[in-house]
Amino acid sequence: MTEESSALRRPSSKTELFVAFTLLALQGFGGVLAVAQRVLCDQRRWLTREQFLELLAVGQVLPGPNVCNVALMVGDRFFGWRGAFSALAGIMTVPLVLVLVVTAVYAEYAMHPAVAGALRGMGAVAAGLIVGTALKLSSALRVNAMGLAICVGLVVLAFVGVALLRWPLVWILLGLGAVSCVYAWKRVGADHRPESEGR
Amino acid sequence: MQAPVDFLSLFLHFLLLSLLSIGGAIAVAPDMHRVMVHEMGVLTDAQFNSSIALAQALPGPNVLFVAVMGYQAAGLKGAAVTLAGIMLPSTTLALAASRWGHARQDWRAVGAFKAGMAPLVIGLMFSTGWILATEVPGWRHIVPTVAAAVLVWRTRLHLLVMIAVGGILGALGWV
Repeated sequence: MTEESSALRRPSSKTELFVAFTLLALQGFGGVLAVAQRVLCDQRRWLTREQFLELLAVGQVLPGPNVCNVALMVGDRFFGWRGAFSALAGIMTVPLVLVLVVTAVYAEYAMHPAVAGALRGMGAVAAGLIVGTALKLSSALRVNAMGLAICVGLVVLAFVGVALLRWPLVWILLGLGAVSCVYAWKRVGADHRPESEGR
Repeated sequence: MQAPVDFLSLFLHFLLLSLLSIGGAIAVAPDMHRVMVHEMGVLTDAQFNSSIALAQALPGPNVLFVAVMGYQAAGLKGAAVTLAGIMLPSTTLALAASRWGHARQDWRAVGAFKAGMAPLVIGLMFSTGWILATEVPGWRHIVPTVAAAVLVWRTRLHLLVMIAVGGILGALGWV
């Protein structure tokens, strides 16, 4: 964690935030999460994987689109509410214009088999991008206060509940989340300091 | 055909849905369907489905499907009303909660929350990938899905390259 933190950088301006989030949003076909992780952690080095996961946890539990919540929180960390607005505007504006323009001309091409096939192919890859990002972020669980084995168990339980049993997300977040947080509370107290403070 | 749009009640309804949208706006899509298609009658079933499909196929946050619905129901004004409604409450709340948590990051409860939720978030990401990959009938599309997962995990290959290859394979009818 310390090595990774020391190599962290920060955006030089709100404009850089806006441009970075615009560029990453435009690469995010079928969801922005995979790109956001790669750009924010690996390329720009504004966040560690642990920090990204923390922001995502907050963004996930709160109502609202999780990547938009992450953009807001990242922007806010660096430049206050103006930064939050820059990042959010970056992730939304150009994609919004694009999607409305395409909607206006969509009807003519919707039935074309090559277009439908291309959408299917892109969707299949998009599903893989999310799985690959989850695998990558799993490395952050090694430093989790609950220990790796418990974490893997919780990952599996959440997967079974949401993906296989299709339970409502709220149950998983409030039910399993509460159990998990209480256990983490005990473990965090058992260690002398919480793990994730590398700022 | 389509009914005239009551912008105020549309806006108020999306404000409410924003506060309920844990897991993203797609989680409250069934209620948008109930209100816009059945109650208000400003959107057809086909328009509703195409709104979600379009936003997923194009780059950007998936929440933009809300703007597409507003646009299909009532043009640019409709898009502004639905998007502002779905974003304002959740945005305000996220900002407030993030500041609250960041100011108290040394607190044991905040540390416990972060540690406790991390594996769940990863489990949810696996679930999203699973649901996206299995809702399409057939098996051939699993190949690009698995390949993309491994490439993202293990290599630095550009994500757009993977998306483009998937699109080309699909257009050729191989997926």
